[in-house]
Amino acid sequence: MVAWETVIGLEIHAQLATKSKIFSAASTTFGSEPNTQACAVDLGFPGVLPVLNAEAVNMAIKFGVAIDAEITPVSVFARKNYFYPDLPKGYQISQFELPIVGPGNLSISLEDGQSKIIGVTRAHLEEDAGKSLHEEFPDQTGIDLNRAGTPLLEIVSDPDMRSAKEAVAYARKIHALVQYLEICDGNMQEGSFRCDANVSVRPMGEKALGTRAEIKNINSFRFLERAINFEVERQIDLIEDGAKVVQETRLYDADKDETRSMRSKEEANDYRYFPDPDLLPVAVTDEDIKRIRAALPELPEQKRQRYIGDLGLSDYNAELLTTSRDVADYFEQALAKAPTLGALIANWILGDLTGALNKADLDIQASPITAVMLTELIERIADNTISGKIAKQVFEAMWQGEGSADAIIEAQGLKQITDSGAIESIIDEVIAANPDQVEQFRAGKEKVLGFFVGQIMKQSKGKANPGQVNQMLRDKLKSV
Amino acid sequence: MSKTISQIQQGLTKRDFSSVEITQDYLAAIKQHNPAINCYISITEDLALQQAKAADQRIASGEAQLLTGVPIAHKDVFCTDGVRTSCGSKMLDNFVAPYDATIIGNFNEAGSVMLGKTNMDEFAMGSSNENSYYGSVANPWDHERVPGGSSGGSAAAVAAGLAPAATGTDTGGSIRQPAALCGVTGIKPTYGRVSRYGMIAFGSSLDQGGPFARTAEDCAILLNTMAGFDPRDSTSIDQPVPDYSQGLGSDIKGLKIGLPKEYFAEGLEAGVASVIESAIDEYRRLGAEIVEISLPHTKYSIPVYYVVALAECSSNLSRFDGVRFGHRCSNPQDLEDLYKRSRGEGFGEEVKRRIMLGTYALSAGYYDAYYLKAQQVRRLIKQDFEQAFKQVDIIAAPTTPEIAFKLGDKTDDPVSMYLQDIYTISLNLAGLPGMSIPAGFSQGLPVGLQLVGNYFDEARLLNTAHQFQLSNDWHLQSPEVK
Repeated sequence: MVAWETVIGLEIHAQLATKSKIFSAASTTFGSEPNTQACAVDLGFPGVLPVLNAEAVNMAIKFGVAIDAEITPVSVFARKNYFYPDLPKGYQISQFELPIVGPGNLSISLEDGQSKIIGVTRAHLEEDAGKSLHEEFPDQTGIDLNRAGTPLLEIVSDPDMRSAKEAVAYARKIHALVQYLEICDGNMQEGSFRCDANVSVRPMGEKALGTRAEIKNINSFRFLERAINFEVERQIDLIEDGAKVVQETRLYDADKDETRSMRSKEEANDYRYFPDPDLLPVAVTDEDIKRIRAALPELPEQKRQRYIGDLGLSDYNAELLTTSRDVADYFEQALAKAPTLGALIANWILGDLTGALNKADLDIQASPITAVMLTELIERIADNTISGKIAKQVFEAMWQGEGSADAIIEAQGLKQITDSGAIESIIDEVIAANPDQVEQFRAGKEKVLGFFVGQIMKQSKGKANPGQVNQMLRDKLKSV
Repeated sequence: MSKTISQIQQGLTKRDFSSVEITQDYLAAIKQHNPAINCYISITEDLALQQAKAADQRIASGEAQLLTGVPIAHKDVFCTDGVRTSCGSKMLDNFVAPYDATIIGNFNEAGSVMLGKTNMDEFAMGSSNENSYYGSVANPWDHERVPGGSSGGSAAAVAAGLAPAATGTDTGGSIRQPAALCGVTGIKPTYGRVSRYGMIAFGSSLDQGGPFARTAEDCAILLNTMAGFDPRDSTSIDQPVPDYSQGLGSDIKGLKIGLPKEYFAEGLEAGVASVIESAIDEYRRLGAEIVEISLPHTKYSIPVYYVVALAECSSNLSRFDGVRFGHRCSNPQDLEDLYKRSRGEGFGEEVKRRIMLGTYALSAGYYDAYYLKAQQVRRLIKQDFEQAFKQVDIIAAPTTPEIAFKLGDKTDDPVSMYLQDIYTISLNLAGLPGMSIPAGFSQGLPVGLQLVGNYFDEARLLNTAHQFQLSNDWHLQSPEVK
């Protein structure tokens, strides 16, 4: 049996969050009535000309700076020629020989706690095509050109990933990064963030790359992992059966969980790239780069280091909190309200809150418990108003929309009993009611202490301060 | 009907006639003579009269600009809002543009009156106007002969007095060559001087719009309206536009005029050569200093042009696919059938030939040998001119190697047709401004003198032409319009 090595490179299309299109003034808002957001330029009318959106260029540079890439001083737009009904001009304006972002890299965290550097070959600006609608019109194809001309940043990785899990970690990292940079909304359902995977296999130890297949139509991280795993198995089976992998484009079908051939290399278009004579080369100065670098927000890696160093969070928790910008923003909001409670807040976000969100299939932005509400709850734990156990009960009530932590504690009378007189009388009752267990304790059976605590907490409906109960119970039992 | 713009302006100012009256005169002349000359594809009578009426009101209220109320014809390559813009092609026979080209907007703002859209070679591809879906155009000097192309309709309209001025475009000589063959004045400005927005593209890195008129003085007025930076055209250049009319005063004593020896070699008809020599003598008399120069890479200009222009056109014309506008074949069986038949039926022979050649030049494996090599040689051609303009102020040469040829003479021989542009094409490759002005006659047909200026030196170019026109009246000769 030969051991196989998987080699994966990803091409990610991130839709840039500009207000208007890359070469026209039409709006980029998603979900409008078909063809209401396409002007004469987007429709490729005779005589129209493209004018480059400067904001798209800024966003591309932002990305390049964030992955420590070379920014090409003079990059060039080229025409990629092919016919398709949703490609109005018969060519796509893209970048070919001189992309705006040159080689860069970023680090991903692996499951075993190690990190790995993944190379980014290039990132280039291009316009998106429209959409062909095949289902709505029997025997006809509808064309919606609202998306035509939307700016895309195509981010091409080196073939550095060795498993589906690594590919997903890289894709998630890019996904988080573009959101941190506020250059892409990251919405995969709406197609703002799309992944194509180039997958090949080779015998372990072999240097040369195997023949690759490009898998398209992957619209979630889960599908990315599944599509790659399917494809790797398919290729290994082929080779082990004595057949060859063909270089081709394959489509991932999520319903059937398989990839299938779309077009082979032989059928591939000759795109006849050449520099677009309608657009000037894009010149980027060192000053531009300096200005953009200075305006960068705190990036996930920097945040992660700060959480570990300043807040004392574990590597693992710091990584989880920074992977998604929305989660990090939630954490930051909570932290702003209670700067000293970082570790406790992190535990609640990554524990109970994440669990509840997953169960309800909600994003953290849609959480019924806001960061401020959660912090108020955590503060009540920290100031001993309630115990951690009661807090879970309050959390549940907050999730159900019963109000703020304080309101719920008040309404349900959940305030912790810290009055030693009150606790003492409960202890006395419990000791009096359980003479056998008292005997056992006196005979040296320390374990019955737990029984007493349980009885006391039950009696107090969980409100007695556990620390006080422990201390006082011990003293009482010894003096009985 | 051989008025200049300046004469029309004076007439309007002095209220000798109204804009409506002069517009009606032109429309009547067009109705009478266009069937024979065929220089108009569309005559926009209602719009013209409406614009003329508005212009008269503007003149009455004292808010007139120089071109207010002046009739003009536009090459059908320029998009005109609400008016069919055919580009001389069956493909766009049904295309009504939803917007105005920038220069059309400029003329509308100035208050000029659009008489109609002029005939042209399909998608501006040709040197004889015989490639128009709307039929060939007769040269007003001899109806058996071509007017030149691709802006043949515009040149013929001005020559025949069916418009005092017209717009055109020049990718390889499409303003200068028909101006020469029809005996009118035309200027192709520096690449980037006039906005290309709304001008249907042929070779994007070469195309440049410009005016035709009877005189250089009129061309200056027209260029004042056409030139300028346009934020909608990234290749237009943000540089102030001088007042070209203001620049027409000074004499040309001491002006250095270069004669490129490569332009006076084999292939130049004797009759044309002798007219050009007389014109050069006249410049000498006017005080210019004549020197011989060399543009050594001239011989490569035709092959380079036919790679670059055709590569660009093969891509530019992809948008005509029968999907969103223009000709669509009936009952397409599938997508491929829709493309093949719509384009096969919509485009004429020459356009198809050029798309095929351009596609080939950009194909994998040929790109380096053709397109890339052509771009390298293009730089050498440009450098030739840069060297030359270190020695001289203006370059003079024949505009065309021959006088107007007979209709049908060259239609079966594309290469001999392509050679018509041998003296004009280099300027487009270099991006330089050039003019053609009437310089005399050979066998009773007009001969054009080509003048070439340095980048953005249109003012000097126009004045050099103007001084010539002050000292003779070749430009005022008119054919007897039949």
